[in-house]
Amino acid sequence: MRLRPIAGIVLRQFYLLRGSPVRVLPMFAWVAIDIVLWGFITRYLNSVSAAGINFVTTLLGAVLLWDLFTRIMQGVTTAFLEDVWSRNFLNLFATPLRISEYVTGLVLTSLAASTIGLITMLVLATAFFGLSYLALGMLLIVLLLVLSCFGIALGILASALVLRLGPASEWLVWPLPALLSPFACVFYPLAVLPHWMRAIAYALPPAYVFEGMRSVLGGRTPTIAPLVGAVLLSLGYIAVSGYLFGRTYRYAVRTGLLARYSAETVS
Amino acid sequence: MTHARAAAGSAAAGADATTVLSVQNLSKSYARLVAVSDVSFRIARSEILGLLGPNGAGKTTIINTILGVLAPTAGTIRIGAFDVARQRAAALARTNFAAVYATLPGNLTVRQNLSFFGLIYAVRHLRARVESLLEQFDLRTLGDTKCGLLSSGEQTRVALAKALLNSPDLLLLDEPTASLDPAAAQSIRRHIRTLAQQRDCGILWTSHNMYEVEEVCDRVLFLSRGRLLLEGDPRRLPGEHGTRNLEELFISLAREPLTHREGSPP
Repeated sequence: MRLRPIAGIVLRQFYLLRGSPVRVLPMFAWVAIDIVLWGFITRYLNSVSAAGINFVTTLLGAVLLWDLFTRIMQGVTTAFLEDVWSRNFLNLFATPLRISEYVTGLVLTSLAASTIGLITMLVLATAFFGLSYLALGMLLIVLLLVLSCFGIALGILASALVLRLGPASEWLVWPLPALLSPFACVFYPLAVLPHWMRAIAYALPPAYVFEGMRSVLGGRTPTIAPLVGAVLLSLGYIAVSGYLFGRTYRYAVRTGLLARYSAETVS
Repeated sequence: MTHARAAAGSAAAGADATTVLSVQNLSKSYARLVAVSDVSFRIARSEILGLLGPNGAGKTTIINTILGVLAPTAGTIRIGAFDVARQRAAALARTNFAAVYATLPGNLTVRQNLSFFGLIYAVRHLRARVESLLEQFDLRTLGDTKCGLLSSGEQTRVALAKALLNSPDLLLLDEPTASLDPAAAQSIRRHIRTLAQQRDCGILWTSHNMYEVEEVCDRVLFLSRGRLLLEGDPRRLPGEHGTRNLEELFISLAREPLTHREGSPP
């Protein structure tokens, strides 16, 4: 992989962000609204609960981590969709740009944008609702790593779906995180799921993240093996989604789908 | 021997240092449609080759296969020494294109588009190169204007500036003057002509303007229903085929049944 073409993809997204407040605002606004909404909900739950459970760390912490995952996934997809919306495929893929360089550029763009969202969430949750993310210690890094990797994988997979199914299929991929959330056990332990749902949850790295988070916040020592497994699993998903994107691209080149994407510009 | 076979022969023989593009036995078919059938040709350095044919003849399909965005069903395409199928990045690093149906992202300014594509093409001294192209195509005052706000003529100039970013050995121009007024079109033609001569650049040019083709192209290929029908000098072909001018020849070829021409002698 060469750095300059990757920098080109990142620069293009930076130009778009710099010149467009409607692209910048969602990086802060939606995550801020989520934190404020769930911050008040957890504060209310703390006041009515007699059990002494701190909902701020369990629920608000979970919202923060899930939002990060969603942001990363949507960041990759949105960066890809910018090329769909501007009908730029022919210009882009007729260059020496390699698919691995293109996808890396999309991922770096998403990571940069999501980091801004993460900082916004951490500041709000800490300053206004007393979330102590440091309670998670070094585990926080592992949790963020797993969710970031799985967000990247899902974002690449969603982009491959749009490439394969056409521009209108973007409406299929936006709800993907919501579709996974019941299995990811964001707000409840894995044990409450029925067996068939648990089988799916075991295949999803976020389920291990939220189980690990609840273990630590519940005063238990987290088991390392499942988290290591989750890291490997999410890296595996990146490899699989990258492979599928490459395969979809080759299919699009072979069948004329890629050329038709741009041919829509003349219709 | 038919003209098409003569063209195939010249492509096979033309794999030398002066060849910037060699297309051999190129075919592209879809489930029930043969878009391009057994087309061969080559382009030498400093040569402008016109690819002519009616709508649906297969011109854009050929351009898309050369650009690597459409895989051929059969045949090979070499840009310089590089096979597009196997050495795509190296081949496309020496190539660029401009087409009326591939406008640059309208949500970026002219300068941003050139900088973005310049990085992808790994252009050295990019800032200076961008400024020089803005100057060459009289775009300096539009440098900070979003491409979506430009007139079609201005967009064509930006697309041409993008097409020259990497100083390509092979330039593909799909109807580059289609949306330009006569004065602007003439200026662009002169520019491209000079470019081919000064930079040793091979150019594949498609156009429906036969007067333009006669003025610009060194050689033309006539394509109809995916097959190569004729090859020759655009200034001599009409006389050789008993028509008054290239436009008349174009019309007669476009209307002629394909099987008739294939069997007839040159």
